[in-house]
Amino acid sequence: MISSFKKSLDSGKFIVTCEVAPPKGINLEKTAHHIDLLKDKVDAMNLTDHQSSVMRYPSLGGALMVKEMGGEPILQMTCRDRNRLALQGDLLFAASRGINNVLCLTGDSVMLGDHKTAKGVFDLDSSQLLAAIRILEKGKDLGGNDLDGSPVFCAGAIVTPEANPIEPQLIKFEKKIEAGAEFIQTQAVYDLVRLKTFMEYARQFPVKILAGILLLTSAPMARFMNKNIAGVNVPQTLIDEISQAPKGGAIVKGIEIAGRMIRTIHTEKICDGVHIMAIGKEELVPDIMAAADLTS
Amino acid sequence: MIRSITKPKSKEEIDTLLKGLNRIFIIGCGTCVTLTRTGGAPEVAAMKEALLESGKLVTGHVVVPVACDNLTSEILNEEMEKIEQADVLLIMTCAFGVQTVSSQLKRMVVPALDTLFIGKETAYGQFNEICTQCGTCIIGETGGICPVTNCHKGLVNGPCGGTNQGKCEIDNNKDCAWTLIYNRLTELGRLDSMRKLQGPRNFLGEPTPGKYQISKS
Repeated sequence: MISSFKKSLDSGKFIVTCEVAPPKGINLEKTAHHIDLLKDKVDAMNLTDHQSSVMRYPSLGGALMVKEMGGEPILQMTCRDRNRLALQGDLLFAASRGINNVLCLTGDSVMLGDHKTAKGVFDLDSSQLLAAIRILEKGKDLGGNDLDGSPVFCAGAIVTPEANPIEPQLIKFEKKIEAGAEFIQTQAVYDLVRLKTFMEYARQFPVKILAGILLLTSAPMARFMNKNIAGVNVPQTLIDEISQAPKGGAIVKGIEIAGRMIRTIHTEKICDGVHIMAIGKEELVPDIMAAADLTS
Repeated sequence: MIRSITKPKSKEEIDTLLKGLNRIFIIGCGTCVTLTRTGGAPEVAAMKEALLESGKLVTGHVVVPVACDNLTSEILNEEMEKIEQADVLLIMTCAFGVQTVSSQLKRMVVPALDTLFIGKETAYGQFNEICTQCGTCIIGETGGICPVTNCHKGLVNGPCGGTNQGKCEIDNNKDCAWTLIYNRLTELGRLDSMRKLQGPRNFLGEPTPGKYQISKS
């Protein structure tokens, strides 16, 4: 079944996706609240998969919640925790429940998370997972066996436009597209000049690109990301802007900055859409969209 | 030359393993663990002192030339009187040496070291893994640099998103294997091999447990 997200991608409209993190535990109230708040405002919402290698309620369970609540999920799948049998099985399960959008990720090292001594699987990598999806769609599994009923997916991947060095990342980016990626959500970008440079290159490929917009919540948070998150570079001008916000006003300033960036990306048609990451503050996504003059 | 690279177990773990075992014979090795300073003559002597201080009785000690060699049993036979007085053999060799002695003497053994990998000394006191012995060597397509060993995630299709400034997401001091491979292939004019989409790895290439029989035909 063609997903509504795929139809949105093909429609040529400016796409907005966001993230919802499943809870640490089985209290689903906050997750349900975020889904309810956002499901009619965005084109689709990503369900993160043990983000930063922190064990949580699974992305598949979160995606099912979104579906059941009438939203459009993008199932994030990392290759860190499952071998090819488990990944394929989960894909079949997802498709059987109407979850037809998948974002394929390698996954962070388990050493960065809260189960540091666990085994990192990485039986497949992100490009091989994309290729596996295309094989399942043809009615086969990775072992070459026939499927009784084959799934259909809208498959995506990520890229880090500000990676340094960029060239090895771009080769991987091209391999992901070759393997079957239809959409790309980028790592958080803040420098739109560099984003434009990346997009001049990326436009040659048949793939929709959604710019990653990560809400800045404070100057220390921005500095932390610059120091610790690969490929994220918050320019000093933005850090200064947020530090000069009145006391208690950093978040408001962060929303304003995110809204401004999205508006520029939209009006200048830099990308096909945006992927808003408001880590832990998903209730602010409508405010960010309003600041960007985006109506749902 | 490749070596079996080891590190000492903690004193607490050794104390736990030796609980109730008071008469100890110590075995070191003159090869890999001498190079890594984990089980050569000085380390065996220090272990003896530490055990005596903690109230244990050391019935004897020996540093065999190559613990994993079949001849080790003959050398140990010369020490058999002291070995037989011991409750346990505390073995300061890699796990291969520990298992060789265990299978030869059929006596209680306690390893004093953890065996980390097969590698070599790349700078003074620094040991690096060179090959994980995966059984499906792909370095013909990666400029002679092994991503299965040198990439933390063993990725075969290029870097993950965690690479930063040419370093690995788990360690700012560790080079990203795929940056190294990219640079090498660029120098060699062979970047096309990095563009090739590699299929899923064949984990059967490395039998578990490892076993190989030369063809008799």
